[in-house]
Parts: sequence; C-alpha cells; structure tokens
Amino acid sequence: MSYISKPKVSHPGLPKNKLGLTSRDYEGSVSTLCAGCGHDSVTAAIIQAVFELGIEPHMLAKMSGIGCSSKTPTYFVSQSHGFNSVHGRMPSVTTGANAANRDLTYIGVSGDGDSLSIGVGQFVHAIRRNVNMCYVIENNGVYGLTKGQFSASADIGSKPKKGDANNQEPIDPVSTALSLGATYIARSFSGDKQQLVPLLKGALMHRGFALVDIVSPCVTFNDHEGSTKSYAHTRQFYHHVIDIDYIQPADEIKAAYAEGEAMPLEMHDGSTIVLRKVDKDYDLTSRASAFGYLRERFNAGEITTGLLYLDESRAEMHELSGNVETPLSQLPFDGLNPGSAELKKLQNRYR
Amino acid sequence: MKPTDTTDPEYFHKVVDCQWGCPAHTDVPAYIRMIAQGDFSAAYMENRKSNVFPGILGRVCDRPCEPACRRGRVEEKPVAICRLKRVAADHRDDISDQLPQAPEVSNGKKVALIGAGCASLTVANDLAPLGYEVTIFEALQTTGGLMRTNIPQFRLPPKVLDEEIGYILDMNVDLKLNHPIGSLKALLAEDYDAVFVGTGAPRGKNLEIPGRYDSDRIHIGIDWLESVAFEHIKEIGKRVLIIGVGNTAMDCCRTSLRIGADDVKVMARKPRGFFKASEWELEDAEEENVEILINHSPKEFVIEDGKLIGMKFELMEYNVDENGRIDRGTVTGEKIIPCDDVVLAIGQDNAFPWIERDIGIEFNDWDCPVVNETTMMCDRDGVFFGGDSAFGPKNIIWAVEHGHQAAISIHRYCQGESVADRLPNGLNLASQKMGMHEWSFSNDYDGSERGLMAHVDLKERFKKIDIEVELGFTAEQAAREVERCLNCDIQTVFTADLCIECDACLDICPVNCLTITQDGEEDDLRTRLAAPAENHDQALYVSAGLPHTGRVMVKDEDLCVHCSLCAERCPTGAWDMQKSKILVPYAKDELPDDQPLPAAGSGS
Repeated sequence: MSYISKPKVSHPGLPKNKLGLTSRDYEGSVSTLCAGCGHDSVTAAIIQAVFELGIEPHMLAKMSGIGCSSKTPTYFVSQSHGFNSVHGRMPSVTTGANAANRDLTYIGVSGDGDSLSIGVGQFVHAIRRNVNMCYVIENNGVYGLTKGQFSASADIGSKPKKGDANNQEPIDPVSTALSLGATYIARSFSGDKQQLVPLLKGALMHRGFALVDIVSPCVTFNDHEGSTKSYAHTRQFYHHVIDIDYIQPADEIKAAYAEGEAMPLEMHDGSTIVLRKVDKDYDLTSRASAFGYLRERFNAGEITTGLLYLDESRAEMHELSGNVETPLSQLPFDGLNPGSAELKKLQNRYR
Repeated sequence: MKPTDTTDPEYFHKVVDCQWGCPAHTDVPAYIRMIAQGDFSAAYMENRKSNVFPGILGRVCDRPCEPACRRGRVEEKPVAICRLKRVAADHRDDISDQLPQAPEVSNGKKVALIGAGCASLTVANDLAPLGYEVTIFEALQTTGGLMRTNIPQFRLPPKVLDEEIGYILDMNVDLKLNHPIGSLKALLAEDYDAVFVGTGAPRGKNLEIPGRYDSDRIHIGIDWLESVAFEHIKEIGKRVLIIGVGNTAMDCCRTSLRIGADDVKVMARKPRGFFKASEWELEDAEEENVEILINHSPKEFVIEDGKLIGMKFELMEYNVDENGRIDRGTVTGEKIIPCDDVVLAIGQDNAFPWIERDIGIEFNDWDCPVVNETTMMCDRDGVFFGGDSAFGPKNIIWAVEHGHQAAISIHRYCQGESVADRLPNGLNLASQKMGMHEWSFSNDYDGSERGLMAHVDLKERFKKIDIEVELGFTAEQAAREVERCLNCDIQTVFTADLCIECDACLDICPVNCLTITQDGEEDDLRTRLAAPAENHDQALYVSAGLPHTGRVMVKDEDLCVHCSLCAERCPTGAWDMQKSKILVPYAKDELPDDQPLPAAGSGS
C-alpha cells in the first residue's frame, strides 16, 4: 500500500467515453495490496473495460467474498453498488441481487481460495443457474492473506517459498465451468491487458454466466523460481488460443483483419465479438473439443488463454424462471406483496 | 530507439523545466524545498549561487522559469517561483558570514569592468573571491545600472539594491563612480589583464515623426525614468501618452501616475497578444487604471502655438493567419488624442561611441561587437562582453548568466588557458527513499491554486513614489505555494534489469506517463503510449529491453508530477526516486582540486 492516495490530477489529453467520463472517473480507493500484486493490474483492466463500455457507475454492482481478490472491488468504480459477502458466498449473494434487480451489470471478483475451496459449491451452482454476471477469478495458486499456503488451484510440482512441492491435483476453473455448462469462458493473465480488457468487456456484456479466470501472480508468496503462477513462468508458458476484440452495438468494425483470421460473432445485445483466431483449428463452440484441447495443452505445461468457449443461445436465470422483465425492485409494492389474504389462498392450494 | 543515457547530465536537467528555462540555471525545486523546511537563509544562498541577486530578481525577474513550469501543464497556473524567491530574500537571517570573501593576498591579476550593472557585478562576484583585483568603472553617481535607473522604486526599493550590490562591493572591489570610460583604447593601454564591458543598451529608440522636436514635453522612456530616479524630474502633465507596450512602457505609465498624471494611456500599435510586456506587468498597470489602447499607430505630434496638445494616430486593422502571424495592417482612419506629455518606450539600442573601431574588435551590421556566445569574448583577446551590451536588450537574469560565463573565461584567459575549453555540467543522483513509503520530500500532489500577491491599497500607493506596491507573500501563502512545486528534480530512475513487468507502476501513474511496449522509432513510439505524448520538446525515456519479454519501458517525462507512486508500487525497486543535482560550473570550480579557494582576508 501507499500512504498517499493517487493524485486527482490527470493527463489533459485523456480520452472520454460516451458519458463524457474519463477512466479516472472509474477509479476507487488506493490499493492496500502488496506492491506488484497481479490483482491491481486486474483492477486496472476492469476500470478500463467498464470505462470503455461506458457503463454508468450507478448501474454497476460489484460483488465479492473474502481474500486478497475480494478486497479489490474497493479499488474500482467508487460510485457503484457493492457487496462484500461472507467467504465463498459471493455467488449466492449475487444471485439474490440479480434476482431483485436484473437491470444492473454484475461483476463478481473472487479468488482461487474463495471460489475453488470454501465457495466451490456456490461457484458451481451459480454456473448451473446461468446467473447473468461477469465472474472474475484472480487466480494465484496460494492463500495470500494467510501467508501463502497452497490453494486448490496449485499445480502438481509447484514449489512453495518454503516446504514441499504440491502433490495434489489442481482444480481448473475453466475445465470445471466447461463441464458445468457455463456460457462464456475465458482465461487471461494480469500482465496482458491487451488480451484481458476485451475479454472482460465481452464478459460484462454477455447474457448469462461469464467466467474470466485470470492468472494473477502473488508477488509476495508465489513469484519465485519453481512456482507455476509467477510472472516469469506465466510469460514463458503463456499460449494465446483465441483473442477477441469487443465492438459495441453502435460502433463499426474498424480494425483490419487478414482474411480467414477473424470471425465476427454477434452477441445478444447487438454488440459484436471479433474472434482473432491465433490457433485456427480451435473451435470455441464445441465443449468436447475445447475440453480435449485444454487437457492436451495443460499436459504439455502450457497455459491456454483467450476466449475458450462461447454459447450465446442458452437462457439465463430470469428466462429459465420466467420472471417479469421489470426488475423486482421496481415493481409496485402491492404487486410484490399481495397481502395475507392472497398468501392464505396460495397456501390453501398446497393443503 | 536507443536506450536513454541518463548519465548525460542534460537529460535530467531538461526534466527540471524551470531550471532548464532559467538562463542562470537556478536550482528552483531545491530552494523551494528549503523554504518549505523554513530554512530561508539556505534558500537565499542556493539562489545566490546562480542568480546572485535573489532579492532583486524575486521582485523584477522576467521569470522565464514560470512559463516553463510543469505545473502549468497539469493545471492552469505555474508555481509562483519568482514570488518564492522574494520569500527567501525577505525572511533570510544575516547571511554575511556565508558570502564569498576576497582573500588577503591578490593573485596579481587585474580586471577592469565597465559599468556597475548586473553583468559586471556578477563578474566581480565570481572573480574577487579568487584573488583578482577587480575595478568597476561607472559613469553615473551610483551602482546598479538599469536596475536602479529604469526600474521604479515602487517595484524595486533602493534598499534591496544597495544590500545585494553591497555584498559584492564588500569583496574588496574597487568602485569608481562618476567615471565614464571615453575610450576603450586608452583603458586597454593601462595594465589590466582583462576588460569586461557591461554597459547595457543605453540608447532609447526615437520616433522620427513630424513635430518630434517642436516640444520639450516629448521624452525618451529610459532617459526619463533615469531622470525620475535621480529626482531631476519630479512632475509630469495630467494627461500622458506612453508610446509602446513593453515592460519599460509599463514602468513609464505607472511612474507617471505617481508624479502628477491622472489620465495615462498606453498606445499600442498592435492588438493584445502581440504586446511585448509580461502578462503580470500589464495586469499591474491595468490595476492602476492605466488604459491600453490597441491598433493605434503614431503619425505625428500635434503642436499648437509651440505647445504639445495631442498626438495623431492612424487607426489600424490587422489580419492574423492560422500560424498566429500578424500582417502589416491597413489604415482605417485617423484620430487625435489630446495630451500634455508623451513618453516614448519603443525599445532600446546598444551604443558604443567610446569603442574605437581600429582596436581589433569586429562590429556587425547593427554596429554591435561580435561576441562569442559561449566564451563572451570578442575578436580581441582579453576583451569580454556581457548583459545587454553583448547581444542587445535581454533581461537581468541573462546578464547574470553572461557574467558567470565571462568570469570563467576571464579566469581561464588570465591563467593562460584556452577560453573555449570549459568544464562540462556534472550530475549527482541520490536516492530519496527514507522508508517503505516515505520520501525525503513532500511527494503528495497539492491541489492548491497559485497564490495571489497582495498589493498596497490603490489610494495609498500613489502618495509617494517609493511605496513598494507588492507586499510579498504571507507565511501562509508561502507555505501553501511551496507545496505546489512538483519536485521535478527528484527523478524517476529506472533499472531495467529489475523489472518483472507486473504493470503496477503503469496502473498507479495518475498522469498515464508510463507504457511498456515493443520498441520502435520515436515517432512510432509516441503514438503507442498510454496517453498522447504531444510535447516533442520533452524527451521520452526509453529503457533497455526488459528481462521477461524484451519489451521496453517508456516514460513520457512531459506531465510526470513526481508523486513517487511508481516507485512505491514497484515490488522490485526497479523504480527509484533520486534527486538530480546538476553541477553547473562557475569560475571557482576552475581552480585545481589541490588549490582550494584562497583564504578570506581577516579584515574584509
């Protein structure tokens, strides 16, 4: 952490978004994480993504649980809604919030401990319900807040700062989400904002559950030689499969793409994702082939990144439940609470 | 690009925009920090080292540092550097024991300085402590040159002049007042080892239009100001026209108001924006209800019965092109403006009637001596020029710098060494880290606005000619103003080998001046940065290739506010905040290391 907050002064040439705001307007308090933490870069990428999308701050809800990762919503978009829940319970709290107000954009920030150990059941069921949210896992392979014990995502053979190497199978959030039917699955790296920002934009705008698993090195407990989640290791074994450009509904596709290398995909809200296919043989619409590819690259020691799976057709939670279009929070009280007489009638139907 | 060579003193010097912009390279951020710490005497001495006259310049400097100040790029107004200089001078303790003194024994070399203005005095200041026997010849009955004769007392009190000039004269300098030099040839025939000419640009420009010589109420600005300063002129008519709109014009109009005028108009040939006067001098004059009339070109003096009754002007209209250049204008009419006196303040020229043209000094097309811009020496060995007499009218701070450079040359010349062979600038870098998040300086950005100088009440100030109008900053104002300084001399120093490319510095930088990207040519690189780098005068810092990816760290120095956050957020210490001290050589630094400054004389 630093003793001074980030000075309010800014570059006079800073670009403005459609709301007339600059990226500085999307910042939060100054980070209290360790200097060099990958999570701070993820925070910066989220700020950039939300700024570029022009999301009104009061229409964003940032949700989290417990852990270093879960501290980070404090560090972006101060003017938005937020909920810092019990450890591992961010998915259910978000499910509840989303049920009450489907108009907000939800971003949940979690870590490998919060999502893959204590909260793994919650994580799994949020995917199953296809809650419309962007679910970020800041994945560093250790419990940073409790001094660096291995987490459930630590790779076999990865060495801790002190003690024995890990020998338990890691839980891979991407493969898990794939098997559970998540509809937008991506992986990236905190040190690669060029790839990460468009992936976050796509995830925020995707209708349904969007997972972005981000290798985010713990600079204090897991950035040494022998670690498989260090800056150096990640850079060395980093493998781009499909990068994307995210293009908003009103904007035209400006960038030039070589023929056969780019594929535009229209999303549910009218925006476009242009797939920049780094590996032409990869099919991101097939769960089976994605799964096989991931395992193969994993066994080769590579970290597969990019947009790895996309399904725009599956219904999200509200559609599955047949809910009204209007957020519950905006329905008149009489409609939401018809009174004790109506309740008695309802109960009588089950007697 | 080639990785930036930060061992070259000029690189970091250029980042300190105020110091770079100052002709004498005053270490501005250093003295501002001394003021912040309440050490006014140290701040004064830091100033004195380079600009010699902090009390004088703290009031009347042309302030090239302020338009250069980086603060003016991130918000509206620069730091009030000049006012802070005066704060240091006003609040200093007795510093006489810290001043250089003349040694007991001379080094046997004699130097003649012509004119007792800022240029000659600077030469004396630099050479007397080295043991030179310095003689100053002054035509007038007092010292200071144009600083005393042309700057009115309500801007620069004589006490301030006397004190700071006294410091120099006390170094056993032989001052000969009322001693005009009528012939340089004759002076050169005497046994001086070197001669320095610091006679200024003493001839006010005339306006040769009809009626010019038909009245005695038409005055040449600088001569008139001098007569007022020496109390030869004590009054002026009620209605005064000042011709010209430079800083001398501002002094003329404000002086008029103090000796009898109540309707003063400054007549400008061109529109605002093409005025030569500094913005703040215009403001001060307008505050005193001086009217500035634009687009009036003088045509003739209107004389009736041998008496000046007004002046006829042509009314002008101009076109300004897209590059901001103005055309010669067209006349749209004429107008007579009544007046009792006219003061001409349209510039000044050099004049050397006392320099013979056959003594080996080459004169150029403007009848000025040809002077080397580095050594200040003319074609005749051993004769040096400085101040306005060297390259025409500039300002005090330039004259001081000329004096420093001439002193180095004179020393080298007298020691039989080449004057062209000079010491380069040096550089010292020292980390300012005091703890995990602690720095030796006040690194947080202070959003305060520039302090406004309080002035003496508009009625009160006209009662006497020598009431100083500016009151100086209060303690509270000074304390606030020093915090506005961005400490540009505390550099962000990068060690590429240590970088793990975690982006922490990029993410925290409030002004987006850092980028990690693929290397490229400068024009290309400038388009790929986190924020537009449009000031091509400010260099980009480019690191060597980074260990993980071979990309480079690029820093656009232009808008950095030196908040230290990049260094605080860096997990590996690749960024550090280091104070750069630019070691500017003076004459005393030419002495060999084993021969320190001669001991001060006991009685002096």
